[in-house]
Amino acid sequence: MIKNIAVLLAVAGLLMIFLPVISGFQERENLNELAADYVDGSIHDLGTPNVVTSVIVTYRGLDTLGEVTVLFLATVGVGLLLKGRKEDMLRISSSELLETTSSVLVAMIMILGVYIFTHGHLTPGGGFQGGVVIASGFLLLMLSNVNAKISHSIMNFVESFSGVAYVGIGVAGMVLTIGFLNPGILPLGQFGDLFSAGAIPVIYSLIGLKVGSELTSILVTMRGE
Amino acid sequence: MISLYTLILGVALLIIGFYAMLTRKNLIKIVIGFSIADTGTHIIIVSLGYLRGKTAPIIDGAVNAVNAVQEVVDPIPSALVLTAIVIGLAVTAVMLSFIVEMYKKNKSLSIDDYQELKW
Repeated sequence: MIKNIAVLLAVAGLLMIFLPVISGFQERENLNELAADYVDGSIHDLGTPNVVTSVIVTYRGLDTLGEVTVLFLATVGVGLLLKGRKEDMLRISSSELLETTSSVLVAMIMILGVYIFTHGHLTPGGGFQGGVVIASGFLLLMLSNVNAKISHSIMNFVESFSGVAYVGIGVAGMVLTIGFLNPGILPLGQFGDLFSAGAIPVIYSLIGLKVGSELTSILVTMRGE
Repeated sequence: MISLYTLILGVALLIIGFYAMLTRKNLIKIVIGFSIADTGTHIIIVSLGYLRGKTAPIIDGAVNAVNAVQEVVDPIPSALVLTAIVIGLAVTAVMLSFIVEMYKKNKSLSIDDYQELKW
């Protein structure tokens, strides 16, 4: 009884916090100064059509490095918690329909993932989205073929390589240009081209590889190997 | 107006998820409640970044590069939510593996069987 009242009080308190947000809410008409500066700088300084990408990779690049670190720690945590989990699980082989479809689809899903993260600076998408698409391709592979072996060492290699290269590009930006993770180490190129916007597509592709391999390692660990 | 509706939806999801986390006994359901609350938070943040009648902050055929500042919504909340989604995913994965370990030790998914931290 007391517990129910406490729960109701907590929920009501949360509602009280958000009621002023809702009642005082007015749709804004214009960008604030910082956002306008980001939009302007993304077009003129960085040559990146996708403003969200330039915020994530360049303006808040250090936050993204921290985010990738959190994802890495989660992968390590899952691996540590589920270490040596080798149970005699009942492994039923999947249906013929799923096996046939996945043999066609897995490669296409991987290519779509690579497309999404290499075009992160031009179209909606980027490293995180592309990495998740790649991991979903691996998930389909695991679902359709229960005995599929996914090499832990290759995943670890891709993951560490992209992490080191990401930090390396950041340090190169510090040495060659004005600051850490500055994409100006490569030429800006033609606005809207695939090879443009300095180091942004390179950094986002590395993030894509890192996220893809990390999520795949989480899936492989959770499968119990 | 649409951002007011999505804001209300986000708050509703946040409260539903919070309520689920407080009242459910099953550990998996608590994690599901966390995910619902997480999604609600994302919707709230994106709603706060919406500007009336404007479009996604990507310069292409729909947005002119010259006066893009007048035509796009706020890119910062979108970037924040992109970060938050990934962190939410990582936290959920860790929580689920904790649950797997706990189930292996005590063979129970009910929160009532885990009294160690109760005071």
